[in-house]
Amino acid sequence: MIPAAFDYKRAGSADEAIALIGQYGDEAKFLAGGHSLIPLMKLRLAQPTVLVDIGRVKDLSYVKDAGDHIAIGALTRHMDVEKSPVLAQHVPLLAHAASHVGDAQVRHRGTIGGSIAHADPASDLPATTLALGATYVVQGPKGKREIAAKDFYKGFLESALAADEMLVEIKVPKMNGAGWSFQKFNRRAQDWAIVGVAAWRNNGTSGVALVNMGSTPVLASAVSTALSKGASVADAAAHAADDAEPQGDLNASVEYRTHLAKVLVRRALEEASK
Amino acid sequence: MQVSITINGTKQSHDVEPRTLLVHYIREHANLTGTNIGCDTSSCGACTLHLDGEAVKSCTILAAQADGGSVTTIEGLSKNGEMHPMQKAFMENHGLQCGYCTPGMVMAAIGLLNENPKPTEDEVRLGLEGNLCRCTGYHNIVKSVLAAAKK
Repeated sequence: MIPAAFDYKRAGSADEAIALIGQYGDEAKFLAGGHSLIPLMKLRLAQPTVLVDIGRVKDLSYVKDAGDHIAIGALTRHMDVEKSPVLAQHVPLLAHAASHVGDAQVRHRGTIGGSIAHADPASDLPATTLALGATYVVQGPKGKREIAAKDFYKGFLESALAADEMLVEIKVPKMNGAGWSFQKFNRRAQDWAIVGVAAWRNNGTSGVALVNMGSTPVLASAVSTALSKGASVADAAAHAADDAEPQGDLNASVEYRTHLAKVLVRRALEEASK
Repeated sequence: MQVSITINGTKQSHDVEPRTLLVHYIREHANLTGTNIGCDTSSCGACTLHLDGEAVKSCTILAAQADGGSVTTIEGLSKNGEMHPMQKAFMENHGLQCGYCTPGMVMAAIGLLNENPKPTEDEVRLGLEGNLCRCTGYHNIVKSVLAAAKK
C-alpha cells in the first residue's frame, strides 16, 4: 500500500514548521515519527497534500526535571520516555505505559507528542497523561498557550489544537511516590488495548483514565470521587464506566468493554493501593 | 526528490517520489530484496531493518525520513563471507521454517541484543513482540536468539 501523492517539506525548527503549516493550510499535516499518520495515509484514510516533517527538530526531544513537574519535549520517542531515568524516578506510570506502546520497532520511531496530537482514544499515552493531570504546551503563529489534558480531547482523532498549532511540550506533575498501575488488555502483545487503564493513588487523591472506552480518552472521574468519599476499591471500580461511552467493534461489544473496564480498574486500584 | 541513504556501508542516491516508503526504496531502487514486505501495516515485522543502528519497520517510514541516514539490511550482516552470529544461530537451532519472517526476525533480534545483550527467555519473547511468524515457529526462534546471546 502506498499513500496518495503529497509534497514533502522538512522543518528545521518549531518556528519553521509552524510557518510552513500556516502557508499550506488545512490540507497540510505535521509528520513526527509517522507511526500513526503513515498507516492512515497508506489506507487512504488520510490524504494530506503536504507533509511538514518535524522529525529532525531535535531540540524538541528531551525529558527535564522542572521542579514540580517533568517537561517532556513533544518529539521525545516512546523508547526514550520508557528508558528515561528522570521519568522512572518521578513519573514511573508514564515510563511504564510508554513501554507498552506498540513494539520495540514502533517505539524507536513514534513520539509522545505525535501520539497525543493524533488523539486516538485507543492509544496508551493520551489516557495516561490525562490520568496524570498533564498540561500540553502548544505553539502557533502568535506564540505558545497551555491546554489541560482534560480540555484537549474533543472527539475521535480530534483535539483542541488549531490547524496552525503544533504540540511542543508535555508537562507532567511529579507523582511524589503515589502508587500506580497500568493495565492493558489485548489479544496480541503489540496491539492497541481493547480496554486499558492508567491509575494512581496518593493519600486520598487519585487519577484514573481509560483507553479505548469512547471517542476520546476518558477520565474516570466517578471512580476518583468514590475513592475520595472513602469507597472501597471494589465499590469505586463499579463506577469505572460511568463517564465512558464505549463503542462495540470486532474485538469487543459495548457490554464486554463496560465489564472489562470495571475489572481492569479494580485490578489497577488494587495494584496502586499496595 | 533526491534521497541519499548509506545502505550496508555504501552511499546511494535515488530520485524518488516523496511518498516512497523506505522498504520500497530498499527493494526497488537499491535492489536489495532480502527485506520482505508482509502485512504492510506495521504489524508483522517482516520489513524490519536497522536505521541508524536501531530496528525499525521500513514499511512505515518514508524514504525521505531516512534521507542522510544509515541503513543495514539482512544483506549487510555477513562479513568476509561469514554469516553474522545471529544468522548462524538461526541456522543451527532451526530458527526458521518457511523463512519469510526470518530477515525481519534476525534484524529485530540483533537490535534486541544491542539494547539488552543478555536477555532472559521472557525478555526475548517480549522483545520480539513486533515480529510475527505465521509458521508459529517461535520456540526455535527464541532458542536461536538465546544461543546467539551466549556467543
